[in-house]
Amino acid sequence: MVDVAIERNAAAPRTARKRASLRTALKRKSTAAFLMTLPLILLISLLVIYPAFYSLHLATLNKSMQRFVGLGNFQFLFKRETFWLVVEQSCIFAITAVIFKALIGFIVAHFVHNVPAKGQRKWRGMLLVPWVIPPAMSTLAWLWLFDPSYSAFNYLLAGFGVDRIPWTGEAGWARFSVILVNIWFGAPFFMIMYLAALKSVPEQLYEAAAIDGANWWQRIWYVTLPMMRNIIAITTLFSLIVTFANFDIVRILTAGGPLDHTHIFATWAFRIGIEGSDIPLGASVSLFMFPILAIAAIFILRDINKRGNEA
Amino acid sequence: MSRKKLSRRQFVAATALSSAALITAPYVRGAHAAGKLSIGFWDHWVPGANKASTDLVNEWAAKEKVEVQIDYIPSQGNKNLLTIAAEAQAKSGHDILAMPTWWPHAQAELLEPMNDVVEALIKQNGEVNGTVKYLGKAGDKWLAVPACVGSQIKGPCSRIDLMKQHAGIDVQAMYPAGAAPKAEAWTTDAFLKAAEACHKGGVPFGIGLGETSDSVDTVGAFFLAFGAEVVDAKGNVVVKNDNVRQVLEYYKKLMAFLPPDAPAWDDGSNNRWLVSGKGALIMNPPSAWAVAKRDAPQVAEQCWTHGFPVGPKGRFAPFLPYFWSVWNFSKNKEAAKSVLTHLSQPAAVEKMVAASGGYDLPAFEKLTTLKTWAEEGPPKGTLYHYPNPHKHQLLSISASPAPPKVAQQIYTRATLTKMCVRFYQGEPMEKTLAWAEGELEGFMRS
Repeated sequence: MVDVAIERNAAAPRTARKRASLRTALKRKSTAAFLMTLPLILLISLLVIYPAFYSLHLATLNKSMQRFVGLGNFQFLFKRETFWLVVEQSCIFAITAVIFKALIGFIVAHFVHNVPAKGQRKWRGMLLVPWVIPPAMSTLAWLWLFDPSYSAFNYLLAGFGVDRIPWTGEAGWARFSVILVNIWFGAPFFMIMYLAALKSVPEQLYEAAAIDGANWWQRIWYVTLPMMRNIIAITTLFSLIVTFANFDIVRILTAGGPLDHTHIFATWAFRIGIEGSDIPLGASVSLFMFPILAIAAIFILRDINKRGNEA
Repeated sequence: MSRKKLSRRQFVAATALSSAALITAPYVRGAHAAGKLSIGFWDHWVPGANKASTDLVNEWAAKEKVEVQIDYIPSQGNKNLLTIAAEAQAKSGHDILAMPTWWPHAQAELLEPMNDVVEALIKQNGEVNGTVKYLGKAGDKWLAVPACVGSQIKGPCSRIDLMKQHAGIDVQAMYPAGAAPKAEAWTTDAFLKAAEACHKGGVPFGIGLGETSDSVDTVGAFFLAFGAEVVDAKGNVVVKNDNVRQVLEYYKKLMAFLPPDAPAWDDGSNNRWLVSGKGALIMNPPSAWAVAKRDAPQVAEQCWTHGFPVGPKGRFAPFLPYFWSVWNFSKNKEAAKSVLTHLSQPAAVEKMVAASGGYDLPAFEKLTTLKTWAEEGPPKGTLYHYPNPHKHQLLSISASPAPPKVAQQIYTRATLTKMCVRFYQGEPMEKTLAWAEGELEGFMRS
């Protein structure tokens, strides 16, 4: 009897301790943060991680998906001329578009930053319009502007006596057209990010630079750019990922033509996988983006880390 | 408290009645006694055409006591192809799914054999053409039932007035309504001369050279007319042959008379070309004519659908059949076969053809002379030759006779069109052939 009584007395503090530690854990900021992000983690696991591993699995199968071929699909791709054309085009498309988006975004952000506060909201709103329209819709409008036979641009050019331009019919012009539309769509994102960064640069730094006799260029080079470094790196990485994975603009505007000269990874993967019924090869093409983006991410994020430590 | 007592007789009677009800219940035919059936049909672009299919299916469902669910899946944005791929991966989905051209072969391992249905239909409705067999049959197995809805021939549609004015060709006399064609002189050389004349007259032929279906179908018919095979029926790459060289030379001459932006054309470009009145001929009836009838009646009144020119190896027209297939994981295969048989009856086919304004083409030979094609207009008789009633041309598909899984790659990647464009843009013949050979070897994956 006595033993039993002692045991009961010992269990009570243990339960109380457990309850207390649970309460402490729940009170911890990290636990609350984890619980709040849990729905998103589950959603990402379901919609991103599972498909990613499934496509890895698909990429190891033969065309009829009945046999494991390991890296055979990648070996096959490396021998294809069109594949290397797509790699080259994807790089040209993404790098050119990101450079121009960043440049235009940077310049426009400066203009908007210098607009008096009263009118700035209107300008910000208007300049964001290309970014808020779904690209599948806005690209349809561009398609009509570039239409091979009835292009509105060519109609205007004809008014000035300029010959019609084969916007989507000639390789060079077609590449130019898809990159232009991508820049038009993506530049507002850079603009708004850079504008936010510009607003966070302390005014005193510019005042100090002005006292030191810094000119306009020196103020940008020695004050603005160093203060915006991290945001530039993050937006560049983010945009590089999104632009490499672009599908809708190229698909709607040129569908990869003429002669495959505007295909990028996603459009070529769709052509092979869905239209050509070779899903494993399509999955292999789309997965090829991963190592390129992973290397870019390592370099860019490592640089951010360095600067963080320096600070 | 009163309590009613159950007598022995009452107990026996109640037990007997209950047992009888339980035993006979499955044989009582309720509203949906024969189960459920889900169908994924192609979403027809002709307004009202889907209703004809729905009505026919509902008529069958009421008779057979089956609960039916129909989804109309558009081909716009390749939604139908995505659905096919998704259902094949998930091994779940519709019991019946409409599949275009190459997809029965692409999913052959997952499809229920349809021999019993198709063989009975052939006995009833007549033989099917070679392209339907090529695309719908693997060995002795019928992979799917040839569908009337969505099947089409992509032959020429000419402007009567412009062809007379610029090329001196009376297309109505060549292809008279209600009578056999008198088109011996309609050769590939005559076609080239007409293209040149219309180009000079400022109304060039509107033939695309892009990577979409219409461009690929046209170039494929010309390749066949010259006997130019790139991969033979056994799967050997045979692209380096004189017939291919000959057709590339021919296309180079033809391309000089086509609109300069033709390499950037999609499947809507040729329709717009005809409807806008800019061209004398396109290769895509009767959808373009139907749009013209709505948007530019003065153009539609001058349109005449007819046959392809004959080449050194014959007269070929692109035929793109649709199929109704049943997955082998379907839960109601018998009902699926029954409704497909119902939809392939002559009366049902006639209804669907009429609802589509003559666009849909049945694959069976006894069903190519329906009154819709004879009566549609204006001009009356414009569609008479559309279903090839006099078997004047061989119905074919681009990239045949290569094995279908290889041909699908050639077709999808527009290899034939690309060969023509590369050669036209100045690439030496042998370099174009070497490029094509490399591409074709890559399509042999299994």
